[in-house]
Amino acid sequence: MVLKAFFPTCCASADSGLLVGRWVPEQSSAVVLAVVHFPFIPIHVKELLAQVRQAGRVGVAVLGTWCHRQQEPEESLGHFLEGLRTIFSHKPWFQLCRERGSNLWSCKATRWQKPASASAPSEDQVMLIFYDQRKVLLSQLHPPAALPDCQAGGATASTRGLAAIFDTVARSEALFRSDRFNEGLVQLSHWQSEGVEASILVELAKWASGPVCLLLASLLSLISAASSCRVFKLWPLPFIWSKLSTWEQLTHRLEQLTFIFSTQKAENPSQLMRKANTLVSVLLDVTLGLALLSWLHRKDCIGQLADTLVPVADQVAEELQHLLQWLMGAPAGLKMNRALDQVLGRFFLYHIHLWISYIHLMSPFVERILWHVGLSACLGLTVALSILSDIIALLTFHIYCFYVYGARLYCLKICGLSSLWRLFRGKKWNVLRQRVDSCSYDLDQLFIGTLLFTILVFLLPTTALYYLVFTLLRLLVVTVQGVIHLLMDLINSLPLYALGLRLCRPYRLAAGAKFRILEHKAGEPLRLLMQINPLPYNRVVHTYRLPSCGCHPKHSWGSLCRKLFFGELIYPWRQRGDKQD
Amino acid sequence: MEEEMSFSDIYGGRLALQRRCYSPSCREFCLSCPRLSLRSLTAVTCTVWLVAYGLFALCENSMILSAAIFITLFGLLAYLHFVKIDQETLLIIDSLGIQMTSSYASGKESTTFIEMGDVKDIIINEAIYMQKVIYYLCILLNDPLEPHRISQVVPVFQLERGRQSDRLPHVPDRDPPGMPTRGRCSAHPGPHSVATRAHSSA
Repeated sequence: MVLKAFFPTCCASADSGLLVGRWVPEQSSAVVLAVVHFPFIPIHVKELLAQVRQAGRVGVAVLGTWCHRQQEPEESLGHFLEGLRTIFSHKPWFQLCRERGSNLWSCKATRWQKPASASAPSEDQVMLIFYDQRKVLLSQLHPPAALPDCQAGGATASTRGLAAIFDTVARSEALFRSDRFNEGLVQLSHWQSEGVEASILVELAKWASGPVCLLLASLLSLISAASSCRVFKLWPLPFIWSKLSTWEQLTHRLEQLTFIFSTQKAENPSQLMRKANTLVSVLLDVTLGLALLSWLHRKDCIGQLADTLVPVADQVAEELQHLLQWLMGAPAGLKMNRALDQVLGRFFLYHIHLWISYIHLMSPFVERILWHVGLSACLGLTVALSILSDIIALLTFHIYCFYVYGARLYCLKICGLSSLWRLFRGKKWNVLRQRVDSCSYDLDQLFIGTLLFTILVFLLPTTALYYLVFTLLRLLVVTVQGVIHLLMDLINSLPLYALGLRLCRPYRLAAGAKFRILEHKAGEPLRLLMQINPLPYNRVVHTYRLPSCGCHPKHSWGSLCRKLFFGELIYPWRQRGDKQD
Repeated sequence: MEEEMSFSDIYGGRLALQRRCYSPSCREFCLSCPRLSLRSLTAVTCTVWLVAYGLFALCENSMILSAAIFITLFGLLAYLHFVKIDQETLLIIDSLGIQMTSSYASGKESTTFIEMGDVKDIIINEAIYMQKVIYYLCILLNDPLEPHRISQVVPVFQLERGRQSDRLPHVPDRDPPGMPTRGRCSAHPGPHSVATRAHSSA
């Protein structure tokens, strides 16, 4: 079996010393974490390794020797290195060598057999794999399937495949804390040996986040306590709140903010990413909202909007009246039943008249209302969009009413028709057995039934046409609202922090590794370079998607068509707590 | 050690296979696909612009011409970046894994690495494409949760049936240690185009 030695690129130019790392026997690979330089006292090295083992729960040990030498190897050095093997016994013992100034590497790994067998120590072939220690430390592996035993921060370091390498490096942070400016007992060479990496801004942010989080968490708990007080539970307020998407959006945002500013630390990396994503999404939302607000106020759009709102509502009502007049005549050349036509037409016309009066009653207050509503955009663009969606719903309330009337009428007609059709054929619906059974009717029952059936059939085109027209209008309004909700959903659930990380620091989100063969001459050991293969964008979005307030339509196209045909009412937006109809 | 052979793919274009043996434990197979031909590019561009000129003659709107230019440019860029594969490399490293790299005509490289522990078997699969049978190499992966289930991966080494017998001796005759033995199985018939890749599921 070929042994693999993972060697950090930062140690390739380090001076001679001892190799320190972890041996993974299941993979036959050795992960070198650092190089201990001469002079050292073996007992101190063993103490340091014991500390690292305890801190990270990873089995680090001395793996072998590293020799960065001039052209001719010195005899004494060779004996010295052999002597080290007896002090730090490890199976197998690695001996890596590199000539200074050139790219000549040599690797040996020896396993001692039992002394009784008296055979020569067997030497295995070694394959050198270079890795960038800093990138591997900072990256997070995303395996294609979530394995149950490979949890980060689990009891012991994992041993499966590449996850073993990443896990080993991540757990050995205690080893990387000392740099060459420390007056420590042991001199190490690793990625931080030129100086521990830190950033003033990050440290300041960490220091400031404690009190800020505490303050904001208390504020948010006050707000949520106020919103859940008894006054708001009186009927019909909960009914109204559940219908308004603004309320949904506001509660969702409140939940998210409570989550971000909670004083508990994140337990695992995925929770940290979720917090970061939520924070960036909220910040972007508020920025877009403020931009919208400034644009609205600069161009005095609110005044213009208020001025045009009432005429637009009037215009819509007038168009509806024209439509009804058209339906009451001979629409598209179809011949309608005159009496029913007139009744329905007049009924709907009266409704529109009521609506127009209501709008005119509200017109002096419109500008004030709109100004306050525009202020709410500073809470976020999603809140502004949800208010827009609610305003559209309120303004087209009469269309909703017409749709409900038309659908109920049509539904009743269809029910009547189907039941009388069964009578026509001599059958009836058995409620007990939930099936159609034959039945013998009396003559007068048959007579009346057939009469009614004929009447309903001839009145069907009129009702069906009204139903069709108002359903189309309702679907139009629902589509517009749907587009707004889709946009809101997009802003709510897009993981912007993860996408930004993937763009700027692709090694942080790793789908796996990729290997490149470095120049190879015959007789030399095989050298590979391991690089991080970043996660593709679609997997980033899929993995880190934020939960949205999810009012998704639950119907498939087939059931939607079926409901439309039978005149059942369609409720496109089922909020989370509602019972299924 | 390098060797080069040439084959033809199911559409008749020329493929060149290059084998390199870095060491007894590491081999690389490099398949170069036919380049973008000037003839097809000119044909597509001329078609698009003729249609655009026809629409312009009907509508007298110069936006159609600009739109045609944009469509041609962006379509070509998208084709080069996402569709046209220049070269595919299969790198087999003993006891580490199998790496497949595709380099696209725009320079993009996409790499997939499969660890040796996940590989269940490497097989040659048959599929029925239009009126002929084609053979393709695929790797069966272990499902980590259920040891007996398989999820499949297909590298793009598409070959004509006639050349199959020429190809077999050139696959490494000595299986590198750690690689499972090859086998054959018949596939469900299904259409496969040259650049099909099945993504590993789960």
